[in-house]
Order: sequence, then C-alpha cells, then structure tokens
Amino acid sequence: MTGRQLWSWLAVALGGLYFLLPLVGMFDFSMRMQRGVYSFQAYRVVLADPQFQQTFGYSVALALLTIILGILLVVPTAYFVRLRFPGLRPAIEFITLLPLVIPPIVIVFGYIRIYNTSSVLPLTGSWWGTNILLLCGYAVLSLPYMYRSVDTGLRTIDIASLTEAAQSLGAGWARILAVVILPNVFVSVLSGAFLTFAIVIGEYVFAALLNVNSFGPYMVWMGGNRAYEPSALAVVAFAITWACMGLIQLFTRFSKFSTARR
Amino acid sequence: MSFLDIRHLQKSFGAHRVVKDFTLGIDKGEFVSFLGPSGCGKTTVLRMVGGFEAPTSGAVSIDGRDVTALPANRRKIGMVFQSYALFPNLTVAENVGFGLKVAGQGKAEIARRVAEMLELIGLPQLGSRYPFQLSGGQQQRVALARALAPRPEVLLLDEPLSALDAKIRVSLRDEIRRIQRDLGITTIFVTHDQEEALSMSDRVVVMHQGVADQIGTPFEIYNRPATRFVAEFVGTLNLIDADLVDAAAGHIRLAGVPVTLDRASPGRAGERISLALRPETVTLGRGGGDIVLPGRIAEVHFLGPVIRVRVSVEGGGSIALDTFNQADRLPPLIGAPVDISMSHRDLLVLAA
Repeated sequence: MTGRQLWSWLAVALGGLYFLLPLVGMFDFSMRMQRGVYSFQAYRVVLADPQFQQTFGYSVALALLTIILGILLVVPTAYFVRLRFPGLRPAIEFITLLPLVIPPIVIVFGYIRIYNTSSVLPLTGSWWGTNILLLCGYAVLSLPYMYRSVDTGLRTIDIASLTEAAQSLGAGWARILAVVILPNVFVSVLSGAFLTFAIVIGEYVFAALLNVNSFGPYMVWMGGNRAYEPSALAVVAFAITWACMGLIQLFTRFSKFSTARR
Repeated sequence: MSFLDIRHLQKSFGAHRVVKDFTLGIDKGEFVSFLGPSGCGKTTVLRMVGGFEAPTSGAVSIDGRDVTALPANRRKIGMVFQSYALFPNLTVAENVGFGLKVAGQGKAEIARRVAEMLELIGLPQLGSRYPFQLSGGQQQRVALARALAPRPEVLLLDEPLSALDAKIRVSLRDEIRRIQRDLGITTIFVTHDQEEALSMSDRVVVMHQGVADQIGTPFEIYNRPATRFVAEFVGTLNLIDADLVDAAAGHIRLAGVPVTLDRASPGRAGERISLALRPETVTLGRGGGDIVLPGRIAEVHFLGPVIRVRVSVEGGGSIALDTFNQADRLPPLIGAPVDISMSHRDLLVLAA
C-alpha cells in the first residue's frame, strides 16, 4: 500500500467512524435493557406497545396519502411547465424550494392562524379537518424532493414528441399522463416517494402543534419518559429511512426499460 | 375539391411570419413532399395539418370535413417523427397497438391488427422487444406501423429518415413508398433532402421563406424550376451570365457565342441575364448540341459512377459537367484544352 493510499483509507475510516460510532453506541445501549444480558427486550417492549402500533400505523397511512397527493400535484405541474410554459420553470423551482428555507413551524403557525376555529374555514376544529391540514402540510414539506426528482425524470425523456405521438394516436390528456408520462418517470417518482415517506414518518413539528398523535410526537414522548426504548425506536426509525434509500437504489437499477442501460 | 385541402394557411410567432399564405390540394392516395431548407416553414405547415399548431388564419379540411378547430387527437391523422417518439415503457406490440386501444377496440382485434402491421414492416418477430433494444431503422419502422395501425386518413412524416445512416435511409425510403402505395394512404413527407423528395413523391412542394415557391412533379421541379431558389436548391446547377441582344427574339451572347433561346427573354437589350444549366446536360467534346464552347479543364472530381469536370470557358466563367465513368477510359487531365457542347433547349432563363 502506497503512502497516498494509506491517507485515503485513513480519511474514509475517520469519516465512517464519525457517522457510525453514535449509531453503534445507540444500538449497543438499546440492547442492554435487561441487566447483564444482551437482548432485544427494548425492541420487544416497543413493538408490543399499542401506542407504537397506533401512531406508527397512522404515520404510514399519512405518508402514503402524502405520496399520492404529491404525485397528483407534482407530475402534471412539472409536465405542463416543461411542455407548455418552460419560461415558468425557474419560478416554479423557486416555489418548490421554499419549504427548505421556511421552517415548518412558520408554515404550521400560518395554518393555525388561517384555519383556526374562529376562521371562515375552521379546519383545526375537527378530526377530519386537522388530518387534511396535516396532509397538505406534509405535501408542502415533500415538494422540494418530489418536484426535483420528477423534473429530472422528465428531462431524460422527449416529452414533447411523446405527447404529440400519443395525441396523433387519439389519446387525451389523462391517458397521456397516466400511460405515457407517469410510467416513464416512475423511477424518479419512486425516489421522490421514498424521500417523502422518510420525512413524514418521523415528522414532529406539524403533528405536535396540530395536536395529532403520530409517530414523531410518540418518539419524543418516549424519549422523555423511558430509558432504553427511545434508543430502540431511533434504531427502528433509522432502519426505515435506510430501507427507503435502499429501495430507491434498487428500483433505479432494476427498472426493466431503464434508459440508463441503453 | 381535393381530399386534403389546405387553404390560405398562415402562421405567425409574434411578429415573425413563418408561413405566408400556403394553399395546396392533395388527392386521395397521393404522396406529396414538402422540400426546403430549415426555417422555410415546411414543418410548421405539417404541424398545422396535424393539429399540433393552430394557424393564425386559413383552413384545413380532410375529405370535406373542416378540421381546423379540431384538436390533434380527433383528426384521424398518423404521424411519424424524426426522433421516432416510441413509448419507452411499452413493447413494440404495445406501441403499435396503442392507437387501437385508445379507440376502444377488443383485445383479439388489436392482436390481429398488430400482427398484420408488424408483418407489413417486416419485423413480425420483434413484438415483445422494448424500443431501446431496437436499431434506429427498426424503431422508425415500428413508429410507422404504430401510426398506420388505427387506419388514419392522412399520414404525416416529419423528416423520418434524417436521424438514420445513409444505407438504411435509402432502403427505408423505398419501403415507406411501397407501404404507402399498398395502403393507398394520403401522405405528406417533410424533408430537406432533395433526393428523398424527388425519388419518393408524386408531387413536390418546394418551400422558401414561408411560401410554396413551386408545386409540381419531381420531373417538373427538376427540369423546369420556376424560380431561382428552386433551381439552386434542387440539384446542382451552373449559373452563367449572358448578354441580352434581342429580348423578344431570344437572342443572347453566351461567352461570346451567339445563341437563340426557345422563348423570349425578360429584360432589355444590352442587359446581363442569368442562365441555369444542369451539369448532366453538358457534353465533354462536340456532339452534345448546337452550342459549342472552347475551354480548358480546371477541376476533375471522381465520384465513382460519375466524374464531375469543371471547365474554364474561353469567353469567361466556368461550367461544371457530369460524365459517366468508363473503366477503359482515364478521367480527363487538368489543364487539357477541350470543347464542351450543349443544347439551347437546356438553358433556363431564371426569374430574379
């Protein structure tokens, strides 16, 4: 091994340690619930907790709905901006990036101010209304990731020619979007969807301020009241996020008509 | 009234008029090419016929039905694009069957028609492949089959051969023409390649700056170009200056030699006029016609079957001519003195 290689490996190892050590420590701590024994007891307790099952199930359902709303919102927008109003692209891109600049707490305060019980549209006053607000808020939070990945996907296909080809064969807009455009940006939509899933599953600020009992507030509550279980929960949350990332990689690589393999 | 009727079509993008008053009638089953350089408006006219661009004014009707206001998906038009535009997520068979599925036909009928179309383009075994697994030529055949499958009333081809290499281009153009004849489908073919336009078409429309400069059979377009642009754009051409002696009688002096034209010439006595002459109408040596000009060989280009020779004429100027290659005769030598001859009937007086 040459000196230069040695330094490279050392840099990689240091970086790896920086990221992995806290995780290893957390995992190690989560395994020590039973005194003197290395066990998955903390995980068993957490997974058996009805509160966990309820909040986690709720967050998963909300994440899936957010993904559907995001797709319905973003795919047609990105498509028509590219096809008909390319001049608007910088403006739309700026708007979709705003959620990264404006903190969620500002957005949720805005929601509460506009839709409180004494407003014209008192969404915060009912269970349904609160859920709709939460869903819309999460769709906004996921915009930067969803829009960018879909827009990148659209760039790789000749949407103008594909659209005109479909039109000349008699297809209307709904069919063009569903049968021609969406399947061809499916991999990009999926990566946007997994990122959205990872964001929504652990989100705290929106849920706490709208007083919704989802997985994020549950994790925080657990962290304040228990010793070992929060570490187990954090490991579970990490595993979910990483699984999402892994799935993005997997789908990108094994898409059967991938343009990358041409 | 023609089957496909294009009347006074105009199109402006902002202040820029791309198509200026384009009128054309196309008969059922006719193959018409729009030929012209890029930016001449040929593709814009095609896109207006297809419904992808709305005309600023004018009308398009198909079989007596005014389609000017109809969206593209209700015009019953098949379109083939330069970039193939096959749907990457669908197999060849699904691509070809797309239009039939949109039309709501049954599975069995779609399968039958797809098989028939794949047979027609000579790729019956490729139905289950994806577009990225095909060569450019195969993709364009599939695109043609896809456009034809729903039995459109008009077929529009937008430079379909431009992205292909030379050999495939020639074989595919013969195939497109054969299929078009077999099906008897009314077709507009847009191209900037004069050889494609001349070899495939019943009629050619030569377009220039948004106007149809000339509409005629390939024979007419090539041999009797109506404008200077058509003469220069279609085929290679010698442009020779001559002095007008008597306009009404058609007397001129060409490189000092008196010549009488078939027709009266525009202009007045003493003016310089431009004459056009195709290289293949000039003969090396005497015996090629009533006009004989002495000169010297200036350039020789060996092109295979044809040798293109440029001769400096003694009276001034130079004339290119084509002569067939013969294996037992060496090409002419540069600098050698030579006579060239031509017929006065082949001289075209060009309008400015």
